[in-house]
Parts: sequence; structure tokens; C-alpha cells
Amino acid sequence: MFRQANAAVIRWVGVVGLIALFAGLALASAVPALAMPSASASAAGQLQAPLQKQELTIRGTLRDGSVPIEGVRITASSTTGFSAEATTDKDGRWVIVVPAKGTYEVLLDVATLPADKPLSEGEANPRIVEFGTSSNMGVIFKVGENAAAATRSFGSILAERTVAGLSFGLLLALTAVGLSLVFGTTGLTNFAHGEMVTFGAVSTFALSAWGFPLWAALVVAVLLGGALGWLQDWGLWKPLRRRGSALVPMMIVSIGLALAMRYIILFFFGGTTEQLPSAQSPILVVLGVSISRNTLVSLVVSLVVIIAVALLLLKTRFGKATRAVADNPALAAASGIDVDRVIRMVWVVGSMLAALGGILWAYYRPGVAFNMGQQILLMIFAGVTLGGLGTVFGALIGSVLVGLMVEISTIWLEADLKYVGALAVMILVLLFKPQGLLGRRERVG
Amino acid sequence: MDFAAIFTNALTEIVSPITASYALAALGLAVHFGYAGLLNFGQAGFMAVGAYGFSISTLTFGAPLPVALLVALVASVLFALILGIPTLRLRADYLAIVTIAAAEIVRYIVTTNSLTNVTGSANGLATFERGFYALSPFPPGDYPVGPLNFNDRSLWVTLVAWGIVLLCAAIVWALMRSPWGRVLKGIREDENAVLSLGKNVFVYKMEALVIGGLFGSLAGILFTLPTGAVQPANYGSELTFFLWTALLLGGMATVFGSVLGAMIFWVVLSLTQGILLGLIEAGYITFLSSAQAGQLRYILVGVALMLLMIFRPQGILGNKKELAFS
Repeated sequence: MFRQANAAVIRWVGVVGLIALFAGLALASAVPALAMPSASASAAGQLQAPLQKQELTIRGTLRDGSVPIEGVRITASSTTGFSAEATTDKDGRWVIVVPAKGTYEVLLDVATLPADKPLSEGEANPRIVEFGTSSNMGVIFKVGENAAAATRSFGSILAERTVAGLSFGLLLALTAVGLSLVFGTTGLTNFAHGEMVTFGAVSTFALSAWGFPLWAALVVAVLLGGALGWLQDWGLWKPLRRRGSALVPMMIVSIGLALAMRYIILFFFGGTTEQLPSAQSPILVVLGVSISRNTLVSLVVSLVVIIAVALLLLKTRFGKATRAVADNPALAAASGIDVDRVIRMVWVVGSMLAALGGILWAYYRPGVAFNMGQQILLMIFAGVTLGGLGTVFGALIGSVLVGLMVEISTIWLEADLKYVGALAVMILVLLFKPQGLLGRRERVG
Repeated sequence: MDFAAIFTNALTEIVSPITASYALAALGLAVHFGYAGLLNFGQAGFMAVGAYGFSISTLTFGAPLPVALLVALVASVLFALILGIPTLRLRADYLAIVTIAAAEIVRYIVTTNSLTNVTGSANGLATFERGFYALSPFPPGDYPVGPLNFNDRSLWVTLVAWGIVLLCAAIVWALMRSPWGRVLKGIREDENAVLSLGKNVFVYKMEALVIGGLFGSLAGILFTLPTGAVQPANYGSELTFFLWTALLLGGMATVFGSVLGAMIFWVVLSLTQGILLGLIEAGYITFLSSAQAGQLRYILVGVALMLLMIFRPQGILGNKKELAFS
């Protein structure tokens, strides 16, 4: 008994160390690359870091439609003699830190604008900015022809949002498969799943910063995600199952793991938002709907992978065994299925899908940040609950519905409220049909 | 390294009103989870409801202190009812997901730009605390207590905060000795057994949810009073998880466990920060930046939460025989 407990401790300390090592190995190489962004980018990064003292800033983003404009000089000056300038970075962002609240004159240097993108007509330049209670003042200069967007028909906006929603929903579905399979086979509600999503995106960024070509970085990152899933089950979850831990303590352990992983990633990656290679993509027009190339690629990739996973579950022996374990682990074990092996595979496949979903999420948001998984986790929960906890196909349908809901709701709602609708619908579904769309009643409680 | 300053800082954390508000919110979680077995992962939402209920009624409607307090408490009762009605009949993990989702909904709503004139969006609200400090009996000045330095404001808010914590702890202690508390613990152990005795389990659970939520909302108000400012970014799911860590550290089914847990949580954070920064300044540690030292502490919080749950789920003060896990 004692020896067993001791072995568990050793294994346990091992896993925490290994996870740290893992993140470290993947990211140590990226640190030099992270250490030298341009001056304006580092200023923006500092502001995103958590628990930072408030700085007074004037900031904005310079875009033509959705295409950012880089290298434009903007100057802020005050009557007290203060003057500072900033240049827009590759995402079109600019930030000027000012010493005190007051009135500032913000001037865009039109000579630094690209020749084909002049300042829109009627745009005041210079602009007077007066600080109120807020410590960040946004200044938007309209450039190029982006004003035309407002006149489009409702139908085309709806079509565009629907395609974006499908793309988002399918990437959610990818990440939801792992969560749902793990819940189905072990009963664990895994709060650390969001960090597996972040891990995929962060390791892709680290690998490509290390010099891997994009395709290789993607493949290796997905494999690393799978390895991390294997490691988690080997070092943590399987020993806990052996101890006969109840579900609620395991859920709280997963929260601890989520916190630890999130801050390990923050520790190595920092609080900045970074872009993956070719995060900027041209807008394509497909069947009259304009859609960015990345969104389209993401949609196709997730669709293909999801179909592959569905075939895996329906047609192969492994899939059949997985469904048997999800249905009744004891019966599955009695019929000669190696339950632990199936669960291990579920962890590996689920984590690989989460990593892939994380990469697509990084292109969709866009940007890689240490808390990106935390942001998507509740959407995954919403999708999984909507479809029915523990049912894989329910999770797929639920996730797509959540994706559509989130994107289509932006037609009427402010963009910063777009996740509220999906969460509210999840609560309503629990009120009226707690087993979800495809769930069975006896699972509910 | 200045050990005297590091220890004084740690001592300040023990009595700070922020620690008191953590203790109070964790006490609410003790009622929810430790005594009733309800997995509330949305305590940050209750705190936000309290803080915003108080500050919005003061600033937007000019309500006096007692009215603002009442509004905050009523708002948190409503929030508990909205959360409880759909989920209390379902299995424990549904409540967990719904509460965390509801807390995030609250945070999104107080952050959105479309309500800036009411909630102040991402910048939050400030200067709603005057009514509270106007009640202070202490004339302006400095009040040193041992190595700790208070001024009239901080002394007043510290005394009130810990007074409320003691009062609420006494209420919980009395409630849990009462027949009501015994039924609640019975529900935690075996819901069906209690149901078969003819008790209305749903009502008991709902009462527990409301009481713990009230503590959470009071804690949310206390949390804002020292600085007189409320910012939505403080009420994310991480706050809830820190409260859980404090609760599990002290012992989830104990009255003073949450207080002890909150104190240890803040003292350890303060000590590790002080020592790490001291070592960095003195040049002993060169591989960490001071921002990374801050992040390292939260890695430790996560690892501590896992280890606690695995090796000592009853916490420091808890009794292993009285465990809420089924």
C-alpha cells in the first residue's frame, strides 16, 4: 500500500516536471525571437499583460477594410510641450504612451500612407483627444474605401457570417471531440482541455520561430499535443483512476492543472499576442460570398478531419471499442476490451485534435496568446452540453450550432457580447432539455 | 535582501481587507460545496454582481449606502435563483458548467462597450466608496499597530471587513449546528436518503446557494472598498479558482478553514514574491525577470491545488471522515 502510494507520488511529481520541461523545450528556442519585437509591438504587449499598472495611452488600429496598414507615422503632442510618435506595426496597431491626462493633438503623417490608400474624405486630421475617466483613448483614422462596407445587403452579411460561423463551429467541434470522448469514457469534465488548445497554437508558433517551415511546424505541434495527452493520462489521470478518485475531485485536479499549464505557458511565452506565419490572408470571393483564405482553409481542414474521426469511430475496431467503453466500461472490460488502452488512445487522439483546433483558433481570432484556450473553453462546453454530454456526434452538432450562433449574433449584438448569446442558450437548453440534443436521459442524474 | 520588509508585507496581507474578502467569498463556497455539495464555479460572478450592484446604484441612481447594499444583496439573490432553478435538479457537473458560464456572462455584460455609461466597460467604475468612509469614526491620521501602518481609511475598512467575516462565520457555525444544517449535510452525503425522509431537497439546496451567494456578493463589495474602484477584469474565472484553492487549503467543510486558507494563500503569494524579487535584485537569480517571478507564483497555485486535491482533500482543518465527495 505504502509502496503503491509512493510510486504514485514519484509518477506524479514526474508529470508536473515533464509538463514543465515539455513547455520549456518547445519554447526556450522561441524566447530570443520573442525578446526583440519592434518598439511599438512591445508597448502593445505590455498593455496586454495581466496585473499591469494602468498606463495612459492613445491608441488605434489603421486598416483598410480588414487589411492592416504598416509603417504609418502618428504623432501626439500637447500644449505643455510633450510630443511622442508611433509607427503602426504589421497588424496596423499603434500606441502612444502619454505622461498625464489632458488634451492632445494627434496627427497622422499622410506622407507615410501608401499611395493607393489615402485618408478617407471628411476625416479630421489632426484630431484633438481629451482624456476623461478612461485611461486609454482610441483614435481611428478611416483610410481607403472601407466606408463602403455599411451599404451591403442583409443577405450578403448573413451569408458571410454563416460561413464564418461554420468555420468557427467546425474548429470548435474539433476541440470538442476530445473533451466529449474523455467525458464519455472516464466521466471527467476536463477543465484543462483549453490549455491543450493553447499548447497547439503556442508550439506551432515556437516551432516556426525556431525555423521550421509552416507545414512541418503544424504537423509537429499536433504530434506534440498528442504526446502531451499521452503524458497526462500516463502520469496523472490513470494513477488517479487506479486510486478510485471520485469525479468531482478529478474535476478540481483538472482545474489545478489548467491553472498550472496556463501560467507555465505565460511564463515562457509572455503576455503578448503573436501572429502565426501567414496570418494575413487575402479575401476571396466564393459563390458571391467574400471570405478570407484562412477561414476557408480552416473550414475545409476541420471538415476533412471531422469526417475522418467519424469514420474512425464508426468503422474501425478502435472506434467500436471506444464507443463500447463510453457506453459501459465494466461491460466493455468483461468482453475483453483493454479499457485503459482505449482511454489512453482517447487522450492521445483528443489532445491531437485539440492542438489542431488551437492552431485553427489562432488563425481565426487571429493571434496566439497564453489565455486563448481559456477563452474558447466555455464555447466548447456550450457546444458539448448543447449536443449532449458524452456523445461525440452530439458534440459535433452542438459545436457547429454554437459557432453559427456566435457569428450570426454579431449582426445584431456588439462584437464584445458575441459569446454571451451562446452561453445563455446553453443555460436555456439545460432548463428545458438537460440531456442535450442527442443525449440520453439516464446520463443526466 | 530586506527580510524585515518582506515579513511586514506578509503580515500586512494577513489582515488586509482583500484577504478578508477572499475569506468571506471562500466561506460562501464552503456553504455551497463543503456543506451542501454544490459545485459553484461562478463565485466570481456573485462577487461581480455584488460589486456592480453596489457601485451602479451609488453612482447612477445616487442611492445612499444602506440602499446600495440592499440592491447588491437582492441582485445576488436573484442571480442565485436564476442559476439554481435550471441546474439544482441536475448532476453536480452541470451546475459547475452553468455557474462558470453565468459568471462569464456577467463579466461580458459589465465589460461591453454598449453599456459604458452605466458600467464604465473595461475601465470599470470608481469613487462610489465615499458613503462608506463617511461612516468612519476615526479622525484623519496615522494609526500604527505594531509593525503595521494604518491610516484612518485603511483601519476603518480593515475593521469592518474582518467584523463582517467574523459575523458571517458565526452565522455559518450556528446554521450548521441547526437542524437545517444537518439536513444540508445529509443531502451532501446522500440526496436520495434525505429525499425519502420527506425533505424538499431542491429548496434546501436553493437556500444554501442563496446564502453562499450573499456571502460572495458581500465579499465582492469588500473587495472594491480599499481602492474604491471596480474593474471587470478582476472577476474572471481565475478569481473563482483562487477562492477554491483557499477553501480547499483550509478545509472545505469547516467554518474557519476558509479564513485560514485565504490568509495562507495571500501570505504565501506575498512571501514568494518578496523573496523572489529580493533574490533577483541581489543578483542571485538571473534567469527570471520580475514579471516571470510573479507568474511563477501562480504556477505554484495551480500545482498546489492539484496536490491538495490528491493528497489532502480535507484541507488543513478538515476531518477526513467528513468529506463531500461522492
